[in-house]
Amino acid sequence: MPKRSAPEVNAGSMADIAFLLLIFFLVTTTIETDSGINRKLPPMEEQEEDIVIKQKNIFTVVVNKNNQLLVEEELTDISDLRSLAVEFLDNGGGEGEEACDYCQGARDPKSSDNPDKAIISLKNDRETAYKVYIAVQNELVAAYNDLRDREFMRLFPNEAMSFVAANKKYSDPRTSPDEKERLKPKLAEIKLMFPQKLSEAEPSKTN
Amino acid sequence: MSKFKKKKGGDLPAISTASLPDIVFMLLFFFMVATVMRDSTLMVKNQLPAADQIQKLDKKDRVMYIYAGEPSSRYSDKYGTQARIQLNDKFATVSEVAAFVLAERASKRQELQNVLTTALKVDGDTKMGLITDIKQELRKVNALKINYTTRIGDYAQNID
Repeated sequence: MPKRSAPEVNAGSMADIAFLLLIFFLVTTTIETDSGINRKLPPMEEQEEDIVIKQKNIFTVVVNKNNQLLVEEELTDISDLRSLAVEFLDNGGGEGEEACDYCQGARDPKSSDNPDKAIISLKNDRETAYKVYIAVQNELVAAYNDLRDREFMRLFPNEAMSFVAANKKYSDPRTSPDEKERLKPKLAEIKLMFPQKLSEAEPSKTN
Repeated sequence: MSKFKKKKGGDLPAISTASLPDIVFMLLFFFMVATVMRDSTLMVKNQLPAADQIQKLDKKDRVMYIYAGEPSSRYSDKYGTQARIQLNDKFATVSEVAAFVLAERASKRQELQNVLTTALKVDGDTKMGLITDIKQELRKVNALKINYTTRIGDYAQNID
């Protein structure tokens, strides 16, 4: 009688298992994407005419070469920057045509007229450290985002999310086109209420 | 009787290798998906600053990267410790940025050429002077969309 070897293990289902695992990993892994603060640089061509901006509508932020922060010419700690910027943007001190009906600020006539007029001017020295500059940028963007969140939640309570969350959802490729169409005008409206007007002056030379 | 005899069978049964290709393919696919391609090796220190008001960067094919920072320790003997710009695999000067952007733009598909973003991956300790110079160069070639690439974290980490 010939020797019989052990029966071979059936490998037919191995491929199925492999594909199952493959699909599992495909679904669960996310490719790391970089993130950061988006900015738009001003175009090169010079403005034809100088636009006159009232001093009270400009919020000057200066970072000097020792990485110290000067807000409206006063030495300030960076932790106060966000609330100061919110105060300035939300002031709504304008009257008549320039009045701002959604602002909740102090309506100080010495501060900005309305968020559309309000400009934040950021100036830094050539010796300023990049990380401090980013921290300042971050806080200024945060000030805008805080205000936009507030208005978004006030105007569209049905969405039950903040402006930042809605914006994220809008730019997410997984969101359906219908949903995007629905969010788009709402986001645009809020952006119009608090337009990001951040002007960056060319840095001063250190002598 | 023979029922009990066959157990001690002589030669080892061959292990089936039929599934080996599947396993290999699976691993291959996994790594293909999970790896992030980095087309240039970093030659500069690149400790990104932290921020929390961030947005995700566009799709990879719409982004070009500019690195800047002090040359890393391997290169500091040769290039000193002054912050420098790295484009692709080489150190570059500010004047080369414009040419780099134009070359990158030309290498992209037509419909993407106007939506390109420049990601600035700059070391936190770099002085703003260099970054301003880069930004001026970018303005000259009309590459206006920029992204300051950061880590996710509280701004307070940036201040010592």
